[in-house]
Amino acid sequence: MTDQAQKAVGNGWQSEKYIKNLAKRKRSERRFRLTGLLAILTALTLLAILLFSIVSKGYSAFVQTTITLDITFTESVIDPNGKMDPAELRTANYAKLVQDALREKFPDVKGRRDLRKLFSLVSNDADSALREMVENDPDLIGKTVSVDLIAGDDVDMLNKGYIDRDAVEDDRRVKDQELVWLDKLEADGDIKMRFNSGFFTNGDSREPEKAGIAGAMVGSFYTIIVTMLISFPIGVMTAIYLEEFATKNKLTDLIEVNINNLAAVPSIVFGLLGLAIFLNFAHLPRSAPVVGGLTLALMTLPTIIIAARAAIRAVPDSIRQAALGLGASKQQAAFHHILPLSMPGILTGTIIGLSQALGETAPLLMIGMVAFIADIPGGFTDPATVMPVQIFLWADSPERAFVEKTSGAIMVLLGFLIILNAFAVVLRKKFERRW
Amino acid sequence: MSFYPLLIVLLLMSAVGYWFGSKKALNTVRKSTNFITPRPHQFGLYVVIWALVPPVILSAIWGMLQVAPLQIEAGTLRQIDQVVFPVLLLLATGAGLYFAILRINPDLRVRRTIEGLVYVILILASIISILTTVGIVLSLLFETIQFFGKVPMSEFFFGLNWSPQTALRADQVGSSGAFGSVPLFTGTLLITFIAMCVAVPLGLLSAVYMTEYASSKFRAVVKPLLEILAGIPTVVYGFFAALTVGVFFRDLGDSLGIDVVSESALAAGVVMGMMIIPFVSSLSDDIIMAVPQSLRDGSYGLGATKSETIRKVILPAALPGIVGAVLLAVSRAIGETMIVVMAAGFAANLTANPLQAVTTVTVQIVGLLVGDQEFDSAKTLAAFALALVLFIVTLCLNVIALMVVRKYREEYD
Repeated sequence: MTDQAQKAVGNGWQSEKYIKNLAKRKRSERRFRLTGLLAILTALTLLAILLFSIVSKGYSAFVQTTITLDITFTESVIDPNGKMDPAELRTANYAKLVQDALREKFPDVKGRRDLRKLFSLVSNDADSALREMVENDPDLIGKTVSVDLIAGDDVDMLNKGYIDRDAVEDDRRVKDQELVWLDKLEADGDIKMRFNSGFFTNGDSREPEKAGIAGAMVGSFYTIIVTMLISFPIGVMTAIYLEEFATKNKLTDLIEVNINNLAAVPSIVFGLLGLAIFLNFAHLPRSAPVVGGLTLALMTLPTIIIAARAAIRAVPDSIRQAALGLGASKQQAAFHHILPLSMPGILTGTIIGLSQALGETAPLLMIGMVAFIADIPGGFTDPATVMPVQIFLWADSPERAFVEKTSGAIMVLLGFLIILNAFAVVLRKKFERRW
Repeated sequence: MSFYPLLIVLLLMSAVGYWFGSKKALNTVRKSTNFITPRPHQFGLYVVIWALVPPVILSAIWGMLQVAPLQIEAGTLRQIDQVVFPVLLLLATGAGLYFAILRINPDLRVRRTIEGLVYVILILASIISILTTVGIVLSLLFETIQFFGKVPMSEFFFGLNWSPQTALRADQVGSSGAFGSVPLFTGTLLITFIAMCVAVPLGLLSAVYMTEYASSKFRAVVKPLLEILAGIPTVVYGFFAALTVGVFFRDLGDSLGIDVVSESALAAGVVMGMMIIPFVSSLSDDIIMAVPQSLRDGSYGLGATKSETIRKVILPAALPGIVGAVLLAVSRAIGETMIVVMAAGFAANLTANPLQAVTTVTVQIVGLLVGDQEFDSAKTLAAFALALVLFIVTLCLNVIALMVVRKYREEYD
């Protein structure tokens, strides 16, 4: 026995050759394991880079530079007749008030071109803020008040550090002369940063400093409502039919194959379907949330059906048998027992489907939801745009200031999607039953 | 009568019918000799069905007639729409109500009627998915046939030159445009290939690590994190590709002395691959999990290490499923639109160089259809032809992938 064991050390499992081989195999094992871990880490790093690049570009969209000026609400400009006529107050030349204030602040600026540059420090939307002030409080007329006015987008970009002060003047959107003025304002403490509430309350605009996502958010809301109202009932009914009532025949097979294939059709093809059927054939209004919602509903339908079928299948047969045994009809068993029990699963699937629809862009480009729309839509047939399309439009705009707007809008959209998905997860955790 | 008042009248009538029906059923139930009697609200529903089905059918017929090209004067048409149709509708509803209430007796099998109607509605809902497919095929097919009436099929499939911008004046040089789609297909394939080079190794290796090595705690944290990648809207990836990755590759190329355009196929492909990682990894995850434990145990029993088992036993066993998953991922990449619209070029460029800008089928569809559309110009119709090709290719890929996966599944069941 001992002899044999000692012999084995020489040329058996304990031999140098095998020990070396084993070491090699263990090294290769570690390498393989490490490769797997590296793959996961790479994917997560990519995700982190993506999120970081969005947030680092976008967080500044939520604040805004303002310039404080002493505005004199000169009566001769706003209300020359002294009648306080609302129509007249609305159409008065408020821009002149801003210009006067700027002139007063910088008395030595002369010449048309220099003056125009000076006036462009302040957003050309500043006058509407003044109009609103006067309309809310007509007593302001004749008084001098210090007002925070929205700065122009170039000033905003400079103040946020996106424009390099030390660059060659020709390459810089803010010229030396403007820098001198801004430095003076800065020294007087007139340049401030404040929360950009307009980003959440304004519609789209060609001027970056007053562009907001309210229009897109409302458009997305209407579109998703239409999508939900159509795809949820139809999806649930299809799932119930296929799981509970359908006998195995050619029609059922056809429906099943169809649903699986539709789930994999590229989304842009649904856009062409919407264009051909809803716009060219049925003549529904272009750019309207109702058409967008219908198109997205067709796109979301397979997702909801597949999720709902899985949820219905998860309900154990004993429930069905018990209901039938107590004299319920097949439909009573399905609608009174199976459906309520599978509802959490169905709702989770629906929320995931809708969150996909909320982030979808391509089909909506096809049906004209890509137009520039400044107004906030008031109904299902008003021209509208949605959040992802707004992001696409802004990403295409040349102004530097739209980059931060785009990233800001992406942050808001991702926020919505995270809330929706978290809701789906909670719903699943809370109501899902393991049978 | 316009739509809403009519609807309100109809609903009121059915509400009255419901009340009357249930009432009558309750009153007559004592005379019944039958033990099993439907519940009163089912009688009410029965009446409502009889009240609402005739007007719904009438409206459907009228709606179809309106879409059909009728040779009727506009004035007459409006008269029918405003007077004749509502009167007919209300009469039908009234008649339905009357007969339904008249027929009510406790021995009437109302549940059969109600459930029959529900069954029909369920079937109609299921057929919508078929109608969607039919709609897609028909709408694409009609325009495509028109397109091939203007541009010969051989030019479209084999032409090397794509410049669909038709000129303003007919006598201008190149006014007819060129519709050779080969550069679009090669561009799509190039970007898809790059995406797969990123997504398949990363996705597959993460799936292997998750299923074979990771502790359940690690899995519980990392898997949802990876799924976030799948939940990010594609427009966000497009923005990221165009503004961050594209610029990064360009600057990297500059510092190495290589000429990289900022709309390079590489940037679009890499970001698309990033988007597809969770798709590949979750599909492979399921497939690797489905490999029976006995195969693993057998391999371990013979003294193989974990990685040897994975490479020599599990992956070969899972190979058909993984091929299916990759095919699904390819079809996803081919149909992806926003990333390439934002990060790839618009100009058709026949090249295999990933550092150059190429264009894809989906980019051209968007380019041709966004903006003004004239449905008689070859330019607009070309988009439908491209979409039909896209639809058929993705459909084939999916059918093949599902077949491969299904065949594999049968092996161990």
